Amino acid sequence: MDKKNVNIKRRKFLTIASSIVGGIGVSFATIPFIASWLPSARAKAMGAPVDIDISSIEEGQRITLDWRGQPIFVIKRSKDVLDKLSTLNDKLRDPGSTAEQQPKYATNKHRSIKPEIFVVIGICTHLGCVPLYKPKKGEVDPSWIGGFFCPCHGSRFDLAGRVFKGVPAPCNLAIPPHKYLNTKILRIGEE
Amino acid sequence: MYKNISHNLISWVDKRFPVTKLWKEHMSEYHAPKNFNFWYYFGSLALLVFGMQILSGIWLTMFYNPSSIEAFDSVEYIMRDIKFGWLIRYIYLTGASFFFIVIYLHIFRALMYGSYRKPRELLWIVGVVIFLCLMAECFFGYLLPWGNMSFWGAQVITSLFGAIPIIGESLVELIRGDYTVSGVTLNRFFSIHVSAMPIIFLILIVVHLLALHEVGSSNPDGIEIKDNKDKNGIPLDGIPMHPYYTVKDLFGFSVFFILFFSVTMFIPDFFGYFLEAPNFTPADQLVTPEHIAPVWYMTPYYAILRAIPDKLLGIIAMGASIAILFLLPWLDRSPVNSIRYKGLMSKLALLIFIISFFILGYLGMEPPSEAKTLLAQICSFIYFAFFIFMPFYSSKDKCKEVPKRVK
Repeated sequence: MDKKNVNIKRRKFLTIASSIVGGIGVSFATIPFIASWLPSARAKAMGAPVDIDISSIEEGQRITLDWRGQPIFVIKRSKDVLDKLSTLNDKLRDPGSTAEQQPKYATNKHRSIKPEIFVVIGICTHLGCVPLYKPKKGEVDPSWIGGFFCPCHGSRFDLAGRVFKGVPAPCNLAIPPHKYLNTKILRIGEE
Repeated sequence: MYKNISHNLISWVDKRFPVTKLWKEHMSEYHAPKNFNFWYYFGSLALLVFGMQILSGIWLTMFYNPSSIEAFDSVEYIMRDIKFGWLIRYIYLTGASFFFIVIYLHIFRALMYGSYRKPRELLWIVGVVIFLCLMAECFFGYLLPWGNMSFWGAQVITSLFGAIPIIGESLVELIRGDYTVSGVTLNRFFSIHVSAMPIIFLILIVVHLLALHEVGSSNPDGIEIKDNKDKNGIPLDGIPMHPYYTVKDLFGFSVFFILFFSVTMFIPDFFGYFLEAPNFTPADQLVTPEHIAPVWYMTPYYAILRAIPDKLLGIIAMGASIAILFLLPWLDRSPVNSIRYKGLMSKLALLIFIISFFILGYLGMEPPSEAKTLLAQICSFIYFAFFIFMPFYSSKDKCKEVPKRVK
């Protein structure tokens, strides 16, 4: 091959230009393959909001719903429990709910819209197990004051889903988006 | 700085794995004839389509459900509910047909320029095995959408084995795993389609390429470039694979993509040839579709099968039509390699062979009639005659003199 009359500058320009165009093409080509991994239309339809009638829930009772394949706990708390929440502050990691684990309207001391009705995603923030609902005093060990206890790695939360100090879970249990359609019907999954 | 690091890294690897040696052997210092033309695109294109099938196939397997109850619905789920699922499926579907287009043109190239001749007999034989595997792979895959054509296609093809004397009937049951094609058959075909066959393919492709790089590529003039080497042992009429032919092939890729995606985007069923209408209804073992025909790429062999009015002989003829390809390197007795220097007889023989192959392909799609069966018999005869009489017409032919060097 004759290498004397090679225009190196032009060759470099052409190499770089075609590499860039080809690179852009390849990156566009990845879009369908990556997008196909997102929740499909069926998964989205299955993840539609769910409604529940809260008028029949007894005090202290817990109801578990399935929303997007996640357990949603709906609990009616007594006045006694609500009063106790504010006394736990020095034992908790994030008593004021500063981390974004809840919608704005649940960023308050009881972490809910209506103080007595508590809606929470029942998934431990450590490694995703479903915590047990243990509302009674001394149910887990003598010092237990009532709350959620994760059976996998022993994380503890109070009855507002706030994490205690000294357990593996890093933050409070998450509150799903929810709203009240009227005084009776609670909708989970819509704001 | 950057150059230094990459240089050190490569020499570190080279001491442990022959990466530079492999690159030189197969790319930068693999010398291919300088006179490759249009017909030499199809080898690299076949590799491209294979890669696309693997990629889109992996993605389809993520969403597809291989059970007789779910399979049909899961294909519709891919088409309607998965984001870009329609695109991934149509790429796969178009890819199957384009794979055959590319492979048929690749084989035609070999027939024209004598690429199967000494010393490339093994290269050719491995190639024919790959072609057989491709047909098997498409047959297994065709059942998976669990449409009515899928079902009856599998029913008919597995029935072929029933024609084998004595063991036939039990063999059919063994293949199906049931008294008819059923969910059990679907499960095993799925496993073979997505795991066994791709592994075999990969091995065969590597063997095909190693054989090619051992003997060197043929060329349109049929001149051995290894006969004329310079003092460094490099063929005078050869140029390195990289960058010369990699760049040429990339150009081929871009033209191919234009054609490929025109079909994928605008006519994915290709007027019913790539995707047959009866396959839009779920499998029904009580009703056969009114007109049943294989996909276009199998039709020439299907026509040969139907042309013979005897079950067992028809199947033998169909098998022989592929098997005879293995003998081609020894049937060709011509003193020259390329069609360019062969005589009129060889040229005419190839032309008539190709025409009859197309006619067979057409007839395989048509419902049988008396006239069409007669035509299929004539074309089947021509198909076999091309090979059987090759030792005579190729050796008696008046060939032109082959130049010493590639122009």
